[in-house]
Amino acid sequence: MENSKNIFNENPKSSLAKVLDIITTMASKPSGFIGLAILIFHVILAISSPWFAPYDYKAINPSLMLNAPSSEFWFGTDSLGRDVFTRTILGGRTALTITFFGSIIALLWGGLLGIFCGLVGGRIDDIVMRIVDAFLSIPWILAMLLIVSLLGTTTEVLIPALGFFYGKGIVRVARAATHDVIAKDFIVSAKARGHSNLSIIWNEILPNVRDAILVEGAMRWSWMLLGFSSLSFLGFGVSPPTPDWGLMISNARGLMSFAWWAVIAPIVGLSSLIIGINLTADAFAKALGIDRSTKAPV
Amino acid sequence: MKTNIQEIKDLSIGFKSQKGKQISILRNITTNIRKGETVGIVGESGSGKSTLALAMMGYIKHGLFTTRGECLFKSQNLLSLNNKELEEIRGRKIAMIPQNAGQALTPNLKIGYQIEEALRLHTDYSKTEREKKISELLNQVRLPSPKIMALRYPHELSGGQQQRVAVAMALAGNPELLLLDEPTTGLDVTTQAHVLELLKDIAKDTGTSMVYVSHDLGAIAQVCDRVIVMYAGEIVLEGPVRKILKEPIHPYTYGLLKSIPKLSLAGLPDSMPGSQPQPGNIGSGCSFYDRCNFSNDKCKVNVPKLEYISEMDTSVRCFNHSELISITSEQKSKNHLQKEITIDEILDLKDVSISYAKQGIIDQFLNKVTDTNPTVKDINININKGETIALVGESGSGKSTILKSIAGLLKTKDGYIKFDKEKLLSGDLKKRNSEDLRSIQLIFQNPDESLNPNHTVEQILSQPLKLYFGLTGSKLKSSIAELLEKVRLGAFYMSRYPRQLSGGEKQRIAVARAFAARPDIILCDEVTSALDVSVQAAVLDLLQKLKEELGTTYVFVSHDLAVVKAISDRVAVLYQGRLCEIGPSKNVYQFPSHPYTEVLIGAVLEPDPDIKPKLVAEDIVEEKPPEIGCSFQGRCPRIIGDKCRNETPPWQIGDNGNAIRCHIGIEELKIQQSQC
Amino acid sequence: MFFLIFKRFVLGLITLFIVSLITFIGVEILPGDACTSYLEREAFGEALAACIKRLGLDVPAHERYLSWAFNVIQGDFGYSLSGQMQINEVLGPRVKNSLVLASAAIIIGIPLALILGIITALWRDKMPDIIISTVAIFSMTIPEFISATLLILIVAIWLEWLPGIVIVPTDVTFFELLPNIILPVIAIAMIMTAHMARMVRSSVIQVMASDYIQMAILKGVPYWKMVFKHVLPNALLPAINVVALTIAWLLGGVVVTEVVFNYPGLGRLVIESISNRDLPVVQALGIILASIYVSINFIADLLTLMLNPRLKTLQTRK
Repeated sequence: MENSKNIFNENPKSSLAKVLDIITTMASKPSGFIGLAILIFHVILAISSPWFAPYDYKAINPSLMLNAPSSEFWFGTDSLGRDVFTRTILGGRTALTITFFGSIIALLWGGLLGIFCGLVGGRIDDIVMRIVDAFLSIPWILAMLLIVSLLGTTTEVLIPALGFFYGKGIVRVARAATHDVIAKDFIVSAKARGHSNLSIIWNEILPNVRDAILVEGAMRWSWMLLGFSSLSFLGFGVSPPTPDWGLMISNARGLMSFAWWAVIAPIVGLSSLIIGINLTADAFAKALGIDRSTKAPV
Repeated sequence: MKTNIQEIKDLSIGFKSQKGKQISILRNITTNIRKGETVGIVGESGSGKSTLALAMMGYIKHGLFTTRGECLFKSQNLLSLNNKELEEIRGRKIAMIPQNAGQALTPNLKIGYQIEEALRLHTDYSKTEREKKISELLNQVRLPSPKIMALRYPHELSGGQQQRVAVAMALAGNPELLLLDEPTTGLDVTTQAHVLELLKDIAKDTGTSMVYVSHDLGAIAQVCDRVIVMYAGEIVLEGPVRKILKEPIHPYTYGLLKSIPKLSLAGLPDSMPGSQPQPGNIGSGCSFYDRCNFSNDKCKVNVPKLEYISEMDTSVRCFNHSELISITSEQKSKNHLQKEITIDEILDLKDVSISYAKQGIIDQFLNKVTDTNPTVKDINININKGETIALVGESGSGKSTILKSIAGLLKTKDGYIKFDKEKLLSGDLKKRNSEDLRSIQLIFQNPDESLNPNHTVEQILSQPLKLYFGLTGSKLKSSIAELLEKVRLGAFYMSRYPRQLSGGEKQRIAVARAFAARPDIILCDEVTSALDVSVQAAVLDLLQKLKEELGTTYVFVSHDLAVVKAISDRVAVLYQGRLCEIGPSKNVYQFPSHPYTEVLIGAVLEPDPDIKPKLVAEDIVEEKPPEIGCSFQGRCPRIIGDKCRNETPPWQIGDNGNAIRCHIGIEELKIQQSQC
Repeated sequence: MFFLIFKRFVLGLITLFIVSLITFIGVEILPGDACTSYLEREAFGEALAACIKRLGLDVPAHERYLSWAFNVIQGDFGYSLSGQMQINEVLGPRVKNSLVLASAAIIIGIPLALILGIITALWRDKMPDIIISTVAIFSMTIPEFISATLLILIVAIWLEWLPGIVIVPTDVTFFELLPNIILPVIAIAMIMTAHMARMVRSSVIQVMASDYIQMAILKGVPYWKMVFKHVLPNALLPAINVVALTIAWLLGGVVVTEVVFNYPGLGRLVIESISNRDLPVVQALGIILASIYVSINFIADLLTLMLNPRLKTLQTRK
């Protein structure tokens, strides 16, 4: 009764109005508002930062090595004398882009395969799920490291590889959602009328599993960002001198007993983005009436 | 006058909406429960009756709060006590028997433990005394072998047994007041009658006061002394059970009683327009104003007070109740003429049997037949054009299974189904042609499940129109508007989502979707059992009108004999997937009949305290039909020995065309049944 | 019930079999074989030939898989390329060290998660819940390498309470290891506890809203008795499997944490072997980590089967 899900209760609205409705609902709670604000801030920053970055991110200047924050260098300088502020505001661009497209790939293949398995059921479903399970049981980091180390750390490798490994979980969610739906009478009714399988998937199943899959995709995005930054941190993500938070943390870590600012700035950048995406995804789930806190993050 | 055990004074309970508005679920409830009496609280879903029952235990659900008033138990306001004080009262002074015992028993604890817990909390018995008492309690609620029962987990019991355990648990603390929240809803008809019988006996033996909450006037009529009728969070009528049920002086109660299908009534009951307003959507005047046939302008703006009429010992909330007193409550039936059946066969089920058992891979390979005892067996039914044939039985009777196989959703194991005299219907949906698929349409029990929640009404109705007739654009739109018209809904419903509709409106959309295909046959699977009574009558009425208009054939599956009697021309009675009896509905409801039909009819509860159910057989739950002999042998009150156990009974035709499958001769059955 | 356990066991084995195929095929189809990728620019002439001979790369792939798999079943993973020693010898102490780290995190994490999850559920939307849940969101979203780095910065560098970097040989004894693992354990346990506490919370809330809890309240069962007898057994049962999946998923985090702290466990071996392109070791790690995942899940299944009365009585019903 409290917190009921009638977010589009009144007269039907266009899909744009529905999206606006969902966003308003998300922003109506403090956690959702903060999440959305952080996320929007980061996206705007990532798009606009090249125009107002005060310094060249790759300009090395040994005379300015490890300067503490000052009015000239707001966040200080790193071990190569580069401006930490410049590198921090630019540091999310690669990560955001790669993980955004990676999430879309994950959403597509995971969602489609999951719906397919949920629909056909039986032996094919068993076999596919067994294989998905097997992939799940190999730690993602081992698989990612192997792929990246053998194929290189280019965008063309990272996006599909991340998309593949983070799509496994979506398969499960999409399959479970489809399973719940196909037992319902409106699917039985469509079957009895003689609709084709494709029409049943498109008209009856997809609208009902869409929300669950989108929420899962949003969640995946934050985890993928976490994974990608971990790769960068380990030296298997983007290559220097591209500014990237994971890499910046890794480089500055050894010297943090004298130059903590070079570590703190990228940490704040990365943490706030991940928290922002997470809060947004949570609020998104709540706005759509989906409880995903009982699920494991696989 | 007897002393009051509980007094409710001006109680209002509500919640805060998302926009911060305060919305009431209960409004100004004032009533008393007297010592030793059984009071019924009647209302449809959303009337606030369960909230009231919980408040009587000092329990307010999460998210709700009391806005005013008090709930006095022996002059102690329950709503102001702390948890510690409430624990002393709950279970010991006031006990609750819940709606769905299957979900109200803790799944990880054994039955014995759960009863013992109540004893330990509320009595001074020693451990050995408690153990003895558990057996006694289980005996008292008529559960077989209490010792073994106590060691079971809740999920190992049948629905009726779980309900009995809940009763035993409530009795453990020896309470002075028992609250029963829809205690028989969801049970099979025969089980329901037995549980009610038990409750009545308990009330008589222990002298406990009872509050019986239900939507079912039939059950209320059997157990209650006094009745409170609730509508939209208010008490609208209160008085002795006979007065309420025989001379209802509130228009809502009057209409409600008329909308209930009864065995004693031929044809469809009168329907009531509209549906109960949602909390928060109640107008400024009388809450029943929109649906009332007796209203005037005064009712639109003024809220009537609950008025006590001493000569009837009844309180009523209506300005015009005196008009109702003059109306005799005699019912004239709407003339649904039961058709003389013309033989013009449209569907022919021949020797149909259906099995849910899956063959193992090895058996398939060896081509072995594994299931000699299929779920449904030997079904022979001819269905004529334009008739309504009903399939009746309790859960597990296979009635829905047969419906599914006609629709092509389940393959038959043996036998065949013929459509329109010569067309053999394939058991495989994919092999049926579009024309056959169009001709047979389904309506489901629960419109919440059968309508896609993410589609608008327009999208829902356009599915069959696009599929079968290829309609698009303005033609599609006008067809949809026409369909909505047909089910008495306006074209403005097109853009609504199912969640914005009431239960009755949703089911109308489901009906419209089935008719969109212009089918010859419509399969109705318990289409009214998820609806409130007043709405059910309207949907039945709609189905009947559409049929008269379009000449559609209905196959109508239901567990409710009164509903079946109201709508059907012919009835087939099923037990454990086997046919027991088939014939014109007016004959099936007269003797002689198959012993199972007799049991079913006997268990029907009429909303009349003077008509008592006849309990002729035990309500045992059988998991599987017997391998040989009569399907009803396990429970038959008229069993005549080994013949019933070993031989499949023969079909016998009665004087007026109903066929009975029984070893006992027609004449003999007639004599035996007229004796009781 | 025995049949169910057996079935789960077989399914686990099948998963492992598929994992072995995936790792084998994965390494096989990626460009370059074990020798060329290891030797890199020196991949010609005698060195290459010797390497190919030692790894048996001259035999067809399927035969190689069979003999490799056969040896793995017997516990022999073959030779590593870089150290030129038996992989078993390389793995042994690393496995032990990682197990110490992971079990410490689990032993601290699970009870803590239970307590926090139950507290937040019982005081839902009140102060304790709001505070703990907020902290949990932070600690579960921030990557391990960040929390680990911050822990080193604050506890080791600024406060100088504990050693920041683990500087011990691979084969240290348990007690020498102890002070060194405190920070890594905190880093791992933080994220794990937050995840599990959240799941316990929502599971308890779900059960609290059920009909049987309402019934227990109406029966007059005292609050804490109700929590322990009626709520927790039913809330924690479904949580077991989810907790297992979480633990297994967090194995990846252990790898990163070990690198940050320079801890001599499996995680660092992963990075080392991949940096060195030592594919036989990578294969062995894949199998071992997957077996850990499969066994954790199997244990969870066993626990659920043993504790669930519905499944316990399955055979008596039929």
